Amino acid sequence: MSDLHRKWYPIASSSDLPKRHVYQAQLLGREFAVWRADDGYVNVWENRCLHRGVRLSIGINNGSDLKCQYHGWRYANRTAGCTYIPAHPADAPARTICNNTYPAQEAHGLVWAGEQASGDLPPLDGFEAATVLRPVPVLAPMEMVVEALLAYGWDDSCSGRANADGSVTVTAADGAEVRLFVQPMDSNRSAIRGVSNQPVKGADRIRLLKRHSWLMQELRSQIEACASSQEAPPPYQPVIARVSEDLVDIPAIGTEMRKAELRVQVAGKEMTAEGIVSLRLEPVKGSLPTFQPGAHIDVHLPNGLVRQYSITNGPGETDHYRIGVKREPNSKGGSAAIHDAVKAGDVLAISAPRNNFPLRRNAEHTIFVAGGIGVTPLISMARALNAQGLSFEFHYFVQSDDHVAFKPQIGEYEQALILHKALTPEATGARLTEILAEPGFARHVYICGPGPMLEAARAIAAEQGWSDETVHFEYFANTAEVDDSTAFEVDLARSAMTLKVPAGKTILEVLRENGIDMPSSCEQGACGTCRCGVIEGAVKHQDVYLSDAEKAEGKSIMTCVSRAVSDRLILDI
Amino acid sequence: MPELKCKDPVAVNLWYAIAPLEDVKDARVQRSVLLEQPIAYTRNDAGDVVVWAYEGRPGDAPGDRALPVKERFGYFWTTLGMPERDIFPIPEYEEEDRRNIHAASFGVNASAPRLVENFLDMGHFPFVHTDILGAEPHTEVKEYFVEVSEERDEILASNCKFWQPMAAASSSGGADVDYIYRVPHPFCSVLYKSSPLDDGRNDVIAIFIQPFNQEQVRVHMLLSLLDDNSDDTQIRLFQQTIFGQDKPILENQYPKRLPLDPRAETPIRADKSAIAYRRWLSGKGVAYGVIPPSA
Ligand code: FES
Ligand SMILES: [Fe+2]
Repeated sequence: MSDLHRKWYPIASSSDLPKRHVYQAQLLGREFAVWRADDGYVNVWENRCLHRGVRLSIGINNGSDLKCQYHGWRYANRTAGCTYIPAHPADAPARTICNNTYPAQEAHGLVWAGEQASGDLPPLDGFEAATVLRPVPVLAPMEMVVEALLAYGWDDSCSGRANADGSVTVTAADGAEVRLFVQPMDSNRSAIRGVSNQPVKGADRIRLLKRHSWLMQELRSQIEACASSQEAPPPYQPVIARVSEDLVDIPAIGTEMRKAELRVQVAGKEMTAEGIVSLRLEPVKGSLPTFQPGAHIDVHLPNGLVRQYSITNGPGETDHYRIGVKREPNSKGGSAAIHDAVKAGDVLAISAPRNNFPLRRNAEHTIFVAGGIGVTPLISMARALNAQGLSFEFHYFVQSDDHVAFKPQIGEYEQALILHKALTPEATGARLTEILAEPGFARHVYICGPGPMLEAARAIAAEQGWSDETVHFEYFANTAEVDDSTAFEVDLARSAMTLKVPAGKTILEVLRENGIDMPSSCEQGACGTCRCGVIEGAVKHQDVYLSDAEKAEGKSIMTCVSRAVSDRLILDI
Repeated sequence: MPELKCKDPVAVNLWYAIAPLEDVKDARVQRSVLLEQPIAYTRNDAGDVVVWAYEGRPGDAPGDRALPVKERFGYFWTTLGMPERDIFPIPEYEEEDRRNIHAASFGVNASAPRLVENFLDMGHFPFVHTDILGAEPHTEVKEYFVEVSEERDEILASNCKFWQPMAAASSSGGADVDYIYRVPHPFCSVLYKSSPLDDGRNDVIAIFIQPFNQEQVRVHMLLSLLDDNSDDTQIRLFQQTIFGQDKPILENQYPKRLPLDPRAETPIRADKSAIAYRRWLSGKGVAYGVIPPSA
């Protein structure tokens, strides 16, 4: 990278980024897709979809993410991480599918970027209320344009001077001043982007813009005549970064352990409902990794406990994570620690988001069934479907009005929201029977709530003909008693190792003791992170993550709780 | 004989379709380009199609640069080299109850292999051919099989299914449509699509790409259909609509040449056939219209 790549250049006017538009810019031979999200953030990305190289500047700006035209992949505002791959609706895309982003700032009516820009923008004192001039493209190298701009002027009193940052200032006797920057689009293509210190409006503004356009067009012809008499420098050859190694072979299963790789600050803590606190977590530095609807994070608490909480954010809300924590009366100290000890301003360690509860977006209709605090992952899912205009209904079972959490968030999809208050278990069952009355083609159900309600909902769904593949659920805890009294062996097919799992130890623990990198999160068979393929052997499933069909199939095991029925298992690691 | 601009021996020694026979009816000399080489063709007094390479002006007869000619599938084919193998077969073309139609020849500013991949790709149906070949939210590409037949030296993707909004003229709703894809030539592909009219038989759509150069091509499309309700114009218009939707996407792919380095782009399971195709091209040492893995 040369010094050229470390500088800031204006690459667009702010007015080039109207709502929901994608602008194509170029700098030093590299194309950018530039777009403003509805929250105002300006994204400057490599103009190339990671999937098959299609320009993202022909993509669709949804306000919260950018959708590629070719296969509909979605990339999140800010992080440029891929959040959805429509060809495989049941899978969560690997977190590492992330487009290249470039430093960007917006100031003085211009959008500034640079491949490796850092530090401050060129100072523009006296241009606080500036007027942005119309850009003028010039077929000539940047240096030649800068040189010629020194002679730019609109009356005899004008004089130009070169600034240290490479720009040119032209001043007239009456104090009118113009600052001119040159954007090197390619080695032989530039754009002049200027600002005038005259804060003019209406017809005066049009007059000023026209005058400068006209004068600059004249200058442009001179420069281009001069450039065409010289040999054009070879075009820049921007390097296209290769995608990460682990994406080449198709499936991407995370290899991270139970890691606390991120530091976040509690930027807000408030009660959102009776007994439920809402935390807004912001990055201490840099940005947060991309999340997908349904994802959870591990929160490492000051007292050493690790707990999982679902992210409630909507698409594009990428500058923070919002989680909800219910005070559990018989808490081992997890929820109590958050309610009582954590306060705004504290720094917490969390894992990157992990999605073991992925949302399909290929349903004609989706039914969400939430009970109590189980609403959190479903909020994020419903917000994603709502933003995409897909059909769904959202059933939320609560004790009373005071127990309704995240009112502003669920208010976004009021039309689909149905509250069920203060129902007895029998009445809940009857209501679920009504809600789940109609299975059908491309209809899916997502359930999250307390164990008994979840069990009931799954049973009712099965009774009424919903197939296992259409019923998706997440338990927040595994309350079943786990039996670890057996001893057996595991063969690791890919690592060619045989390990003994004694009574009192889990497969996960034994794997780790032997240096095998296995991700995990809840470590009680609820979240699905430690899932592993089974090649041979009968499994004693003790988790609440796998569906009955998956358990019967016997092709996967949750290594944190489940064990062998036979005396050996062959695992696909 | 002036040297060829195309230095890829694999590409040089292939057969290419140049024009439908119905477009070469008289003694008018017509011009085209193949692998950057200007060529001319006409029908001679004996009634045969003749093709020759030229520089500058085409003249009105082959002279000493005549090229081999074959007539196949309603097109004439030629080559700049000496192919070891004949043009691949499409047995269905000969079946008596079929209608064989030249749908169109389209110019595209893209490389030939990018076009082949687009032809093999089902995942883009709901997004690019919205409400025709697919519709959101039915976007799933289900598992299918891919094999490379050593014996026939071709790629076969089978058991492909995709949900289509108007699967058959007779049905009002959508349904899964079955597809089989063949890639029997680096720049040609043949698609079999379950026929709504005749259970167990397929409509056939084939593309034969004529590379002008590494980043500009003309693609000839052949249809071999069991349908005899629609007229030729309707059928052609339909294919032109479909193609018109793909063209802007193809022309906005960067880089234009197909990168054979596995880490250049991000494949997913749905791209199995494209992955096989890229490997097959690498294995053959095809260098035209691609970015070789080592570069
Ligand atoms: S090329 Fe962008 S989604 Fe496939
Ligand atoms: Fe297409």
